[in-house]
Amino acid sequence: MMNPSQGRGLGSGGGSSSGRNKGGEAVVEMFPSGLRVLVVDDDPTCLMILERMLRTCLYEVTKCNRAEMALSLLRKNKHGFDIVISDVHMPDMDGFKLLEHVGLEMDLPVIMMSADDSKSVVLKGVTHGAVDYLIKPVRMEALKNIWQHVVRKRRSEWSVPEHSGSIEETGQQQQQRGPAVSEDAADDNASSVNNEGNNWRSSSNNSRKRKEEEGDEQGDEDASNLKKPRVVWSVELHQQFVAAVNQLGVEKAVPKKILELMNVPGLTRENVASHLQKYRIYLRRLGGVSQHQGNLNNSFMTGQDASFGPLSSLNGFDLQALAVTGQLPAQSLAQLQAAGLGRPAMVSKSGLPVSSVVDERSIFSFDNSKPRFGDGIGGHQTQQPQMNLLHGVPTGMEPRQLAGLQQQLPVGGNRMSIQQQIAAVRAGHSGMLMPQQQPFPRGPPSIRQPMLPNRITERSGFSGRSSVPESSRVLPTSYTNLATQQHSSTSVAFNSFQQELPVNSFPLPSAPGLSVPAQVRKPLSSSSSYQEEVNSSEAGFTAPSYDMFSNRHNDWDLRSIAFDAHQDAESVAFSNSEAFSFSSMSRNNNNNATVAATDLGRNQQQTLSGMVPHHQVYGNGGGGGSSVRVKSERDTAAMAFHEQYSNQEDLMSALLKQEGVAPVVDTEFDFDAYSIDDIPV
Amino acid sequence: MQRQVALIKQSLFDQGYLDEQFMELEELQDDVNPNFVEEVATLYFKDSARLINSIDQALERGSFDFNRLDNYMHQFKGSSSSIGASKVKTECTMFREYCRVGNAEGCLMTFQQVKKEHATLRKKLEHYFQLARQAGPKETARRSK
Repeated sequence: MMNPSQGRGLGSGGGSSSGRNKGGEAVVEMFPSGLRVLVVDDDPTCLMILERMLRTCLYEVTKCNRAEMALSLLRKNKHGFDIVISDVHMPDMDGFKLLEHVGLEMDLPVIMMSADDSKSVVLKGVTHGAVDYLIKPVRMEALKNIWQHVVRKRRSEWSVPEHSGSIEETGQQQQQRGPAVSEDAADDNASSVNNEGNNWRSSSNNSRKRKEEEGDEQGDEDASNLKKPRVVWSVELHQQFVAAVNQLGVEKAVPKKILELMNVPGLTRENVASHLQKYRIYLRRLGGVSQHQGNLNNSFMTGQDASFGPLSSLNGFDLQALAVTGQLPAQSLAQLQAAGLGRPAMVSKSGLPVSSVVDERSIFSFDNSKPRFGDGIGGHQTQQPQMNLLHGVPTGMEPRQLAGLQQQLPVGGNRMSIQQQIAAVRAGHSGMLMPQQQPFPRGPPSIRQPMLPNRITERSGFSGRSSVPESSRVLPTSYTNLATQQHSSTSVAFNSFQQELPVNSFPLPSAPGLSVPAQVRKPLSSSSSYQEEVNSSEAGFTAPSYDMFSNRHNDWDLRSIAFDAHQDAESVAFSNSEAFSFSSMSRNNNNNATVAATDLGRNQQQTLSGMVPHHQVYGNGGGGGSSVRVKSERDTAAMAFHEQYSNQEDLMSALLKQEGVAPVVDTEFDFDAYSIDDIPV
Repeated sequence: MQRQVALIKQSLFDQGYLDEQFMELEELQDDVNPNFVEEVATLYFKDSARLINSIDQALERGSFDFNRLDNYMHQFKGSSSSIGASKVKTECTMFREYCRVGNAEGCLMTFQQVKKEHATLRKKLEHYFQLARQAGPKETARRSK
């Protein structure tokens, strides 16, 4: 057997695969044998088993039981590995963090694995960029095919042939761009990969090993077809990239310009584009988390208008994607946006530009996404994450969002009845009322509001939303409405709100995405979820919102009412949101909410111009009626997301006071008692 | 002898001590690694003993940090499922459930079960491996799954 090192006990003669590594001789006949895998897991038993399995697949295995060690190994040996498999739960570093690092720095495909098979974790893996997620105990069959990820990645990096030309030349000498080529022939075996396979090998192995060992044999010329030397994003390169991005402004950073600024020979626009995408996701993740509470909101709200624009690009890009996955927490979105935009958090509510719609959506998507998964949504409080799910619905894409939402909705929890959802959504609209439960679909479809970054959690969501008054927008439910309407006026209110409200991190923005028009009925549910604690993250947010906007007087009376009301108002969404807020407030159920919503909606209209205090009951009545008053700012929608009722209650009161509206105590809103009329709108 | 070994193995499966994952491990065994399964099992018992200790200590402290306990148990469960320790895995799941709802009593009780199953499996496997070694490596490697 050829490679004793391979430890192939099989004695296969075949080893065929071996050839490659050894000494640059002929390439492996059996692609993908020889694939260089790095396995990271703190469990020694698993590590041993995995190593054995991988060896049996004829892969080259390096095992590591600490993430830090793995990272340094990777850094030291940039092209020494083709793929990384890592456990999620590790003592020294979270598996997802490692995943991010590897993605950004080395751009290697990473497979996550865990005994944890809960949807939320799997989703996290996806949003963090893992190419696959394996559930332990891992079986051989699962490992046998991991090579496909390597090939796939290589392929996507070879976007431009011409680049390879330049790179090839340099590639030979450079480690980084491995113009693969030399061993193309050998790789031809790879059935599915042919060229890619060659490239894969050549770039990864060949370039490195072969070239060195064999000199540049054929490489370049042949490589041309495959060459796509894989760009390894070294720390320096990455820093250059970040500098360029910052210089341009995160939101304005486009691959082309970044490329120009970086001025790195051989670097293609595609390389930069894909790296930018990853970077955005990374930022988003960062931003969302921290901001969540207040920062995002503020930025959201205020910056919404401004941010929306740029954000959309940013957001649209990532957010959407993220939103879809629902992973992006609105917060991070917000953060990203805020950060990217560099804009002062403007109260977006009023001015959310349409473009922001997209942002909002993305924002919402964040939130939504979280809640969506509602698995955990058990309580409102926990909803936040869930809410994001819903919100996470892709912002930019309404239709997509809707689709996403829809999917999401059902996931979470359809627990909430549609009505609730609708209510939730509406609430979300009003300002993301829904925070309570699953922030789902808050994203009223129209909530385009610039991604309410993080904020969404409570108010922010609204503010952002206000900007997007599109009625039938995909807004993730209520968000948009709220945001759109009041933008300016409410924004202020919201801002304060936000702070007060414990941001449930209900990313309003996400809602927008969710709100997918009508289709996703659920969006509202999100709001309702809040109310009801509907754990169903699905939060009908998204869906309802649309309805609302579109005046669908369907299930929820609220919705229709809200819509109607809103219609008059600047942002229909707003009214919807109001309706939601009310509905959301009505923790009890839509029923109550409807009443409330209706009233609110009505009130909203009046107040829309001013600031309609939305009462958002975040968190279902249970939350102590933490109804948050959604100020006209639609932030409420965002806020709605936050289930934190308690906070909301305070917020609501505060808001109401601000608004001059009789503070409607949660109790009042208790859906049953929604006396919207009482609310001096 | 081999037959005896085979029978013992079969009974372990039948009684639910082991599941298909164990079979997967056996498939990894070959001439070059004739004792792979035993090696893994040994490693598992050593590592899991450490985890059990940690959990024991945590429980004794009485503070009931459910998060921490759940973390330990998550690891333990992952290991156990990797070698196919079916009953142990089941008990782990129950323990985690109790952790999730914050039921200290339940945790204590279940943990006793976990330890019991763990000890039982250990004994049985030790016996099994011993016989298997006596029966001859070939058998082990070629044991039909």
